[in-house]
Amino acid sequence: MFQTAIVIGASSGIGEQIVRKLAARGTKVAAVARRMDRLQDIASDWPDLVLPYAHDVMDYESAPALYEQMLQDLGGKLDLFIYNAGVMPTVEEGEWNWDKDRLMLEVNLLGAVRWINLVGGTMEAARHGTLVGVSSVAGDRGRRGSPVYTVSKAGLTAHMEAMRNRLDRYGVKVVTAKPGPVRTDMTAGMKLPLMIEAHEAAEGILSLAESGTGSGYVPKTWAPIMNVIQLVPSFIFRKTNI
Amino acid sequence: MADQDLIGQRPLNQLPRRVFDGFGLHNRGLSPFLAPRSAEELAAIFVRASELGTTVCFRGNGRSYGDAAINPGGLVLDMRHFNKVLAWDPETGVLDAEPGLTIQQLWQHSLPHGWWPPVVPGTSFPTLGGCLSMNIHGKNHYKMGGIGDHVQEIDVVTPAGEQHTLSRQSRPEFFHAVISGFGMLGAITRVRIKLKRVYGGHLRVAQWAVPDLKAQFDAFQDAARSDYFVSWVDCIGAGAVGRGQIHRASYTQEGEDPLGLASMTTEGQSLPKTMMGVPMPLVPTVLKIFYSSNFGVGITNEVKYRASEFGSTSDFYQSHAGFHFLLDQMPGFRNAYEPGGFLQFQPFVPAEHAEHVFSEILRVSKSRGLVSYLGVLKRYRPDDFLLSHALDGYSMALDYPITRANRVPLWAMLHELAELVLEAGGKFYPAKDCLLKPAHFRRAFGQEAISTFRTLRAECDPNRILRTSWAARVGVDDPE
Repeated sequence: MFQTAIVIGASSGIGEQIVRKLAARGTKVAAVARRMDRLQDIASDWPDLVLPYAHDVMDYESAPALYEQMLQDLGGKLDLFIYNAGVMPTVEEGEWNWDKDRLMLEVNLLGAVRWINLVGGTMEAARHGTLVGVSSVAGDRGRRGSPVYTVSKAGLTAHMEAMRNRLDRYGVKVVTAKPGPVRTDMTAGMKLPLMIEAHEAAEGILSLAESGTGSGYVPKTWAPIMNVIQLVPSFIFRKTNI
Repeated sequence: MADQDLIGQRPLNQLPRRVFDGFGLHNRGLSPFLAPRSAEELAAIFVRASELGTTVCFRGNGRSYGDAAINPGGLVLDMRHFNKVLAWDPETGVLDAEPGLTIQQLWQHSLPHGWWPPVVPGTSFPTLGGCLSMNIHGKNHYKMGGIGDHVQEIDVVTPAGEQHTLSRQSRPEFFHAVISGFGMLGAITRVRIKLKRVYGGHLRVAQWAVPDLKAQFDAFQDAARSDYFVSWVDCIGAGAVGRGQIHRASYTQEGEDPLGLASMTTEGQSLPKTMMGVPMPLVPTVLKIFYSSNFGVGITNEVKYRASEFGSTSDFYQSHAGFHFLLDQMPGFRNAYEPGGFLQFQPFVPAEHAEHVFSEILRVSKSRGLVSYLGVLKRYRPDDFLLSHALDGYSMALDYPITRANRVPLWAMLHELAELVLEAGGKFYPAKDCLLKPAHFRRAFGQEAISTFRTLRAECDPNRILRTSWAARVGVDDPE
């Protein structure tokens, strides 16, 4: 049972569902996203438990002050932190778009590093807490369909593993959640295999967070599939459309 | 210069941060930090910290056991860039140095010329600044006092923006307060210290077993005949309470050292390669196995005691570094206490009450199953420093492991035992402490001395920007 939590990327999709599920269990949640109106909609359902904060994860400079404010509002103790912010603009075959590439690295990876840099220190000093990064099955291989998205998620997966190795000895739990395709705004209009609903993904991520340190797929069905995909030799993988 | 720019331009929460711990691994704090390189940078940081309303804590090499060099949330100043020898006279043994110079760097500089620091702690890693702030002692306090007794002059930069040169002639009351002032009056930026002439790289050492605490105190009656005198106390073993082993050592006379001048170099300061047959690098790992339970510690203490009974009975020669800095040979020593860490409880008790108080401490600890894994007994004389821990008596340093389960009963017991110490007119030592409360602090150091200290603090640090967790905990700035 987490008494307090911070969720970054909380206004829609998986993040919104995570916030709602945590609040339903009595957790006091600081919900962070750019879109304050949507956060306020969620907060209006849980007026005592969900605290909305408007923030753009690319605004690295303002993160420390916001973090201090949220810690204070949560009563000084942080049990759970979930970095869920992520974007995946469509990158067409033949498209070379620096703006999109940069956006994915900034939101999905650099923003995560910025926030984990803040939260990791608190948790190390407190010898307490659960740090969750919402990565993706996409980070397990470099894929032709979404090159920089896979880079951002591979980077996040590696960073979460490094955090696990760094913080495990201090009793801080570090969890990498790797969902497969989830029906959200981000995947609207796409046809993807084994698609699940956002509330199912949220449930899977929270269940990983509760079971403690480690890395896991959401849903678990992805584990054997990704194990096989990771074994496919590069000279074959490049011929596929995965 | 970079650091000055950093604090000048960036808000405090944009500075690099790190988790700083006490040597006992129990106390920790996350802080933004800066590593100034000059008195000018220090002064600029003081000004900026006052503007920002943040607090500042000085930190050397982090060898204080508790919370004396951490400041969660506030700024920590890493003082280790101030590590230059500024002047050295091998004829007189007088050395001027910056405060970040470590004891190790100090002796490595001076020993080849025949000089050794007159007072060294049990590890060579502390910085001079840290040593002066705590007025550290060695195994020869009864003879040589604390390190402050050998300091001739210091420069201090205060948050009030002033620079002072202090000595026994120039503002002696201020001099005696900065040394032992745990970094709360300003930053020491220069230390002039007089070293001790030695005629070899070795000490003449003897060690022997003593069967109980009374025998320990009897042995200490002869301490004055040796230059160093210390004993190990078994706090857990099957034998009588307080059995242990005496170590005494004396400087060699001119021409006596078996290796002569060759031993007076860094390389000549040979260190023990093994401890009870275990190679030094493996000792923490082996200890960790035994230190996981009181029973395991009982076994190691039994072996250690039996070995000391059958050990050498005649004098032998040991290098200065080998005799003093045993802990440095196994740098991971403290990790044997992971994950909870440990604390050192080191009461100082007037001679007439010491045996009684220490035997009570050992008895109570044993009866509650909260035993110290290591006990070390030493002898002291009083000194002139304002917030001194020294007195005409003894200290017993006791290492208690901290676990999730014992945290509450251990603190409760040690607070009870602290009462016993204070009733006997005893004191405590900021470099080791992690549990004193404001009332303990007042009784240990005296209301008058504390008031004098507060007056100096008002002069040196009018905005009260200097802060450590220790000073805040014991209420250094509490209203009277």
